[in-house]
Formats: sequence, structure tokens, C-alpha cells
Amino acid sequence: MSDWESVIGLEVHIQLATRSKIFSGASTEFGAEPNNQACLIDVALPGVLPVCNLEAVRMAVKFGIAIGAGINRKSIFERKNYFYPDLPKGYQISQYQIPIVVGGTLDTVVDGSVHTVGITRAHLEEDAGKSLHDEFPGATGIDLNRAGTPLLEIVSDPDIRSAQQAADYMRRLHRLVTYLGICDGNMQEGSLRCDANVSMRPRGQEELGTRTELKNINSFRFVEKGIITEIDRQIDVLESGGTVIQETRLYDPIRNITRPMRGKEDAQDYRYFPDPDLPPLVLSEEFIDSVRTDFPELPEQRKLRFMTQFNLSEADAAQLTQSRPVADYFESALDHADNPKGVANWINGELSSYLNKEGIDISDSRVDPDALGQIVANVDSGVISGHGGKILLSILWEKPKLSINEIIESENLRQDSDSGTIEALIDEVFAAEPEQVQRLKDGNQKLIGFFVGQVMKKSRGKADPKLVSDIIRKRIRS
Amino acid sequence: MSVSRKDVKVIATLAQLDLEDHAAKSYIQEMTDILAMIQKLQQIDTSKIDPMPHPQDIQLRLRSDELTEPEQRSELQSIAPSTEKGFYLVPKVLD
Repeated sequence: MSDWESVIGLEVHIQLATRSKIFSGASTEFGAEPNNQACLIDVALPGVLPVCNLEAVRMAVKFGIAIGAGINRKSIFERKNYFYPDLPKGYQISQYQIPIVVGGTLDTVVDGSVHTVGITRAHLEEDAGKSLHDEFPGATGIDLNRAGTPLLEIVSDPDIRSAQQAADYMRRLHRLVTYLGICDGNMQEGSLRCDANVSMRPRGQEELGTRTELKNINSFRFVEKGIITEIDRQIDVLESGGTVIQETRLYDPIRNITRPMRGKEDAQDYRYFPDPDLPPLVLSEEFIDSVRTDFPELPEQRKLRFMTQFNLSEADAAQLTQSRPVADYFESALDHADNPKGVANWINGELSSYLNKEGIDISDSRVDPDALGQIVANVDSGVISGHGGKILLSILWEKPKLSINEIIESENLRQDSDSGTIEALIDEVFAAEPEQVQRLKDGNQKLIGFFVGQVMKKSRGKADPKLVSDIIRKRIRS
Repeated sequence: MSVSRKDVKVIATLAQLDLEDHAAKSYIQEMTDILAMIQKLQQIDTSKIDPMPHPQDIQLRLRSDELTEPEQRSELQSIAPSTEKGFYLVPKVLD
């Protein structure tokens, strides 16, 4: 049995978060009624002309800058010709010979080891529509709402060496484009779609083996599982003396196999040529500078800022900046509570457990950052205890409309922090336990816990335990 | 350089054309002539000339990201051969 090395390159399509399409003024919003967002240009009536969306160009440049790529001052839109009903023009407008972004890198980290993946290129193109094959007897239904949605296709070098690296690459790309604000990152709605080229070669061999292309592996988990499955298949083929055929395959997650896509392979000749409707896309230095100046904070920078500005540990800062929504949530909550460490603990602890239980993202949290900040502030100022804060969060999670003060009153969560009342309770407890008081005064510090407990019991849990212990200490010193 | 019958068939398939055999024959000649002309053009030394992606020396015009196209489905679908539930219907695609 030989020692095999897998060689993987990924092509990731990200949907750019523009309001309108790349070549028309129709909306890109997800979930509209079929064809409600397909205008004259999107349905490709004869005689219409595409006009390019500046924002899509800006987003592509932003991505290029973020990965340290070159930005072509002149790039070309071309026609990629193929026949399919959800592509009414008969060609897709894409970039081929001269794309807008060339080069750059993205680092992956698997099991603590950093591996740099080169980016070959990133180019702008339009998405196709959607075909429904099962809805109408004897016919295929076409919805052109998605036709013309701007895509950035990001092509990696064949630098990836394992399925785990591939999944990590995709996660980091997802994090980057959502941080940049150029993609909403919604995997269910297809905002990030991945194809993988996979080939095997004996370790140490320079020459590449025959590759297959795995289509539409659109979740982090399926990228990893799909590639593992394809690697195993190719090794089986090669070790039984067969040859890998260059073809397009699909991953079937239910049966955990990959299988060849039917047909279409023979006539793949896209006959690219420059689109005469679209002269070269020329970018000025001023334009590129303006994108550079207006640059959002990236994950690593934000992590470092959280460590210095908020005095957080690297672990806390890393966890908070893992996704932009979490980092945004954290900073919003801080508007209400001047306690970064406390807010971080509440987000990474209590709140996370609620989110995980329901399997939802922080952007869909039923408790918003304002409310969480107020909970922390109330605990910090001693209005409620930490335990009371947890009760408050659990009630708010079920009934997010309620006001925090209402819950504090209705659930009787307010701690007694009136020192007069507490003094009186301590008097009662001291009077009931004279021997223990003497031992405490003789220096048995362990008894402080006992007395705090007694006072808390008498207050029915409403006294602030820290205040109680402070007063007891003061009393025995005097 | 000459074009074969097979070349013509492939080009016809890509262009979604159903080509009769006798028509293919005349295309073989026409396409061979076109290639001959291109070969003549290729004799010109263009090594010092930048490739020209567009015949006019103009730049792409860009528009701002605004919604300018309201819903126009019923109007567009009134000229479509077949629609149902808002979808355009086409002959079943087997794929």
C-alpha cells in the first residue's frame, strides 16, 4: 500500500451583499415570489443592455485588499456560453482571461499548525436562475429571481492537503467575507457555495494525479465529509490498479458516497469571448485608495483590540471575535455594562448555552445585547445577585418583550443592600450563636461563611452576600 | 487548415442547431474559408500591440447600487409561451 497525498483546490462562490443585481436594478433579496425580482435584463429580452453595479466592484476590491492580492486596474467581462433554461441569455457574464483580483493568500490552522493557501484569482460574475424539475408534470419551472445576483468566485491554488484544511479554509473565508460585510454568510440561502477539485498522488511525487470535481458541497460539514469520501474512493480505485477518470461528481450526504453527474461532459466548451456589451472595467488609484481607507476591522485586529482596550485574555478575545455577529453583540452589550470581562463571561457561558440548546446564531438571540448588558450591570451594581441574573436571563429568554425592571420586581429578585436591614439581621444571628461568635472573634475565619449563610437564610436570599460578609468582618474587628 | 464534418457537427450541437447532412457539407467549405482568412490575419506581427478586448477605447460605466426595477412579472409573463404559479415553464429538462 502506497502513502498517498491528497491535492485539493476549492472554488467558492460568494453572493455579494448588494441591494440590486450586478447588471440590473432589480432586487437581490432572498425569498420573494418566483420571478417577482426578474426584470427585462434578467429575463434577457432582446436589445437590453447590462450596466454594472459599482458596489459589486467595490466589494471585489475590498476582498482583494483583505487577502493581499493584486487588483487589476483593467479587467474584462466575458461571455461564458452554455445552454440551460435558467440562463436565458445563453451565456453567463463572467471574467476569464483578466479577472479583477489575482493572487493573495489565506491561512488555515488545523490542530495548531498554520498552512498558507494561495488564492489563484477572484472574479466577478452573475448567478443563474433556479430550475424546478419536480413541481410541474412534463415541464421544468424557471424562477429568474436569482439570475443576475452578483457573485465573487474565489479560486484557490491546489495547496490544500486534507479535508480538514479544506473545511477550515471555508470557515475562515466565511468569517472574512462576513467581517468585510461583502456577504451575509447565510449558508442555508446559498450565500456561500463550494466546489472542490480533488486528486491523489504518491507522497513525494511532483506531478499531479487526475482530478475530479465535487460539486455543490455547501456546508462546512459536507465539505469535510464529501472530500474524505472522495479521497477514500480515489485511493480504492488507484490501489486496485484502476485509473481515476476526470469527471464531475456529486456528494450524497445520506449514503455518504460520491457519484458521477450524468451526461453533459462531452460538450463542455464555453467559447469564452469578451462581451461586446461591456467595455473594460477600469479602476483608478483614487477608487482603490478609497476602498482601502474605508476598511473594516478584520478578525485578528479586532481580537488584539479586545485584548488591549478591554483587558481580555487571548482566549476570551478569540472566542468573541470568532464571528462578527458575536463581536458586535459583545460591543453593543458593553454600552450598558462597564465590565468587559463580565459581559464576555455571560456571552461565552450562560447565553451560549441557550443558543446551543436551540441551535441558533447569536444574531437570532431572543435576548438582545442591550438586555444582556443591563443584566450584567444590575448584577455588578448589586441590585440583583449573580444567581438572580441567571433567573432574569431565563425569563427574558422565554418572554423577550418584558422589561428588565418589571421582572426584577415581579420575581422579587432585588437584593437587600440596605446595610441597616442587614445589620439588624446580623444582630439576630449573632444573638442566637454567642459561642460561635466568640470563636470567630478568636480568629476562626472559616466561620464567616457559616454566618453569611445564616444571614442569607434569614433574608430569604435577598441580601447581597458580599455586603453581608463585609459587614460581619467589620463587626468582628471592632 | 481545414474543418472536418465532425467539427461542424460539434459546433452545431453547441449552438443548439439541428443540422441536415447536406447543409453540413456547405458549412465545411464556408468555415474552411473563414479559417483561411484568419490565418492570413495571423501573419501580421502583433507582438508589440496590446490585446484589444473592445473595439472602442471606452471604459465600463458603473451605476450606483439602487433598486430601479420594480416588480414587472405579469407584464413579462404575458408574452411568455407558458407560465404557472409565477414560474416560466419550459420543456422538461432531464438532468
